[in-house]
Amino acid sequence: MIATDTRLVALVGNPNAGKTSLFNALTGASQRVGNYPGVTVEKVTGHVRFEGKEFDVIDVPGLYSLQPQSADEEVAAGVVHGEPGLSQKPDLLVCVLDATNLERNLFFFSQLAEAGHPIVVALTMTDLLAKHGTPIDQARLSRLLGVDVIPVVAHKGTGIKELERAILDNLEHPMVPAFDVGLKPELDAQVDAIAERLARDAFDVERSTIRDSLSGESTELDERLAPFPELSEALEEARSSLASVPDKGCTDPASRYNWAARIRRQVLPDASLKRIRTSDRIDALLINRFTGMIVFAAVMFVVFQSIYTLAGPLMDGIGAGFEWLGDLIRPWLSGVPVLESLVIDGLLTGVGSVLTFLPQIIILFLFIAILEGTGYLARAAFLMDRLLGWCGLNGRAFIPLLSSFACAVPGIMAARVMPDPKSRLATILVSPLMSCSARLPVYILLIGAFIQPRYGALWAGVALFGMHLVGLAVAIPVVALLNRGVLKGRRLPFVLELPPYQWPKWRDVFLTVFSRAKVFVQTAGTIIVVLSLVIWFLGYFPRSEGDEERYRGEYTTLTSATRKHIEEENYIRQRQIENSFLGRIGKAIEPAFLPAGFDWRLSTTILMAFPAREVVVSSLGIIFSLGGEVDEANTDLRTAIQDARWPDGRPLMNGWTAVGFMVFFALCCQCMATLAAVKRETNSWKWPVFMFTYMTGLAYLAAVAIHQVGLLLSG
Amino acid sequence: MVGGVETIGFSELKQGMRGRVVSVDPHAPALLRLQEMGLTEGAEFLVDKVAPLGDPVEIFLRGYRLCLRKHEAVGILVEVIK
Repeated sequence: MIATDTRLVALVGNPNAGKTSLFNALTGASQRVGNYPGVTVEKVTGHVRFEGKEFDVIDVPGLYSLQPQSADEEVAAGVVHGEPGLSQKPDLLVCVLDATNLERNLFFFSQLAEAGHPIVVALTMTDLLAKHGTPIDQARLSRLLGVDVIPVVAHKGTGIKELERAILDNLEHPMVPAFDVGLKPELDAQVDAIAERLARDAFDVERSTIRDSLSGESTELDERLAPFPELSEALEEARSSLASVPDKGCTDPASRYNWAARIRRQVLPDASLKRIRTSDRIDALLINRFTGMIVFAAVMFVVFQSIYTLAGPLMDGIGAGFEWLGDLIRPWLSGVPVLESLVIDGLLTGVGSVLTFLPQIIILFLFIAILEGTGYLARAAFLMDRLLGWCGLNGRAFIPLLSSFACAVPGIMAARVMPDPKSRLATILVSPLMSCSARLPVYILLIGAFIQPRYGALWAGVALFGMHLVGLAVAIPVVALLNRGVLKGRRLPFVLELPPYQWPKWRDVFLTVFSRAKVFVQTAGTIIVVLSLVIWFLGYFPRSEGDEERYRGEYTTLTSATRKHIEEENYIRQRQIENSFLGRIGKAIEPAFLPAGFDWRLSTTILMAFPAREVVVSSLGIIFSLGGEVDEANTDLRTAIQDARWPDGRPLMNGWTAVGFMVFFALCCQCMATLAAVKRETNSWKWPVFMFTYMTGLAYLAAVAIHQVGLLLSG
Repeated sequence: MVGGVETIGFSELKQGMRGRVVSVDPHAPALLRLQEMGLTEGAEFLVDKVAPLGDPVEIFLRGYRLCLRKHEAVGILVEVIK
């Protein structure tokens, strides 16, 4: 944590101004990611040591305005002002100004300056300007703003030392910008007009003198102009025309922009319509009605396929690695069965399941960082906004939702590409409804058992496709309801910048991926391991010494025909689960699942799959006495489910129950990693609890509805 | 008509049109963010692109490219510059 005697420098600026790049260049590997209390905003800090002195840096989330309009912006603005409870009050602000987007960046600067904070300006993207032959007059900018202006090109390291030196100097002798942006636009225009008029007659008069004269605060100019009737008259005219202007207050955006435009004209005279031509040419293709859509589809296909297929072997590798590790440890623990099971089935499984998410997270954030870094992500959001906007999301939701079809965990983490906290939360809450790859085995098993034999391969395919649409279809009304009822605060208007295309900066890409992976393992990972141990406990206990012998005894009393189907070890495993807390709870809640047509075996399977739906097929294997090693293509398991009976001899499942069971799995929140990720990303237990409740409730209602309709129709 | 100038609503703009903001409805709080982005009275811009599905639109404003939704800019009156 930050020691209070270390000086704190806050890095502030507009989104896309190059703030993060600069932060990375300053702090490198010393970054720490945490959360501000009670909000979703991440607190990113780092440490700098330079010429024997040191200071801490805090990366304040990008802001367009210091006048906060959402909870997240309130926090960011609070950090700038040093509000207690968020962080130590910054001793100095480093305001990042994008030289290619000076007016809007200066708008924000004017708000900072007005608040009276000491500031150093880091001027970014000057390399881009120089490349287009329009260098910026930074000495003049520094004079006009009344603070140090240091040009930096973060990814090349240019200007970093100079900036660090300026920071140290300013920590010693802070410079608070002293100038007045608070002009009414009309007054401003008149000051401009008079200044021009006087310049024509070779009068060099300060703007502030003209302003004071027009607002009646000083008569200095009047006296100087007295010998020139023509000029005196112009001054008088300007003054009388201002008398009719209603007082608009001095902090309206228009006056700030007038000031910003004036500064910009002085330091960068001909940039008003300067375009980055290469970007325009690329955009003619990439946000075009036809080619743009094709490229978009191709890019998304590559992203999705990579997560879906590239991550697979890596995840298998991690799984195999942990099995190998388990086998390695097993001999040491074999004397104590409880310990053996705790370490191998509880701890190693838990840690392993945390790590299996890493390949997907790394691949997805690699793509996001590259797409964001090049500027394409903004174009994709522009293309997709209409499609997602009508149900209350926006174009940026595309990436989290699409990746959730592979896995909701990276999807939820990817929702941070959305700056508007309300849309981001809505996206997080519906992402797990997308049909992730872990749901596929249960679809394949049940469609193979109940749809394909009866209706053929074509309908099996339709059913599989349909199962992938269920979550998507449910997500739309859920978002609409969330936006109307649950999520507070008004939605901000959708604004999106299209930055010029650039090559991604590999250090920034690497640090983004690294920090996402680290944050997931540290925070979500801990939750996942703890929950794994809880589930292990419920599935292992109660278990007493004589149990296993008793089950062996039971096995010998089974008919030889039954024994041919069921191996002794698998029978014991099934009896152990049945007798565990998990099995007992499964039996206890059986009545609740009767309206959906599920017996205790299915309700226990559902319970076993709550930590991670990946285990559903192996859970069914254990429950149906086939052992946990079966997969979804296992014909014995398929037959066992088809042949399963109620005590009164009716078949346990038919087509309707199978669909109900699949829809239950499609909608239910059976993934503690998802809940842990939501806890991490929203920084509150409220939202994972809400998500779990609404999804499980929906799943239950849907399964019951399907079974009841099935009963009605099949009479 | 505002002050003798022919104005249209922001949503009526077409691709390729050049516009100047004539007035921003002071009673629409949602417009504050758009003003902060630079769409203030007197700001000139070019309607650069319209997304394939008709919305949002991309404008070139104050030296940068801003995308916004037409229906979220209701209350911004614009003079078309020929």
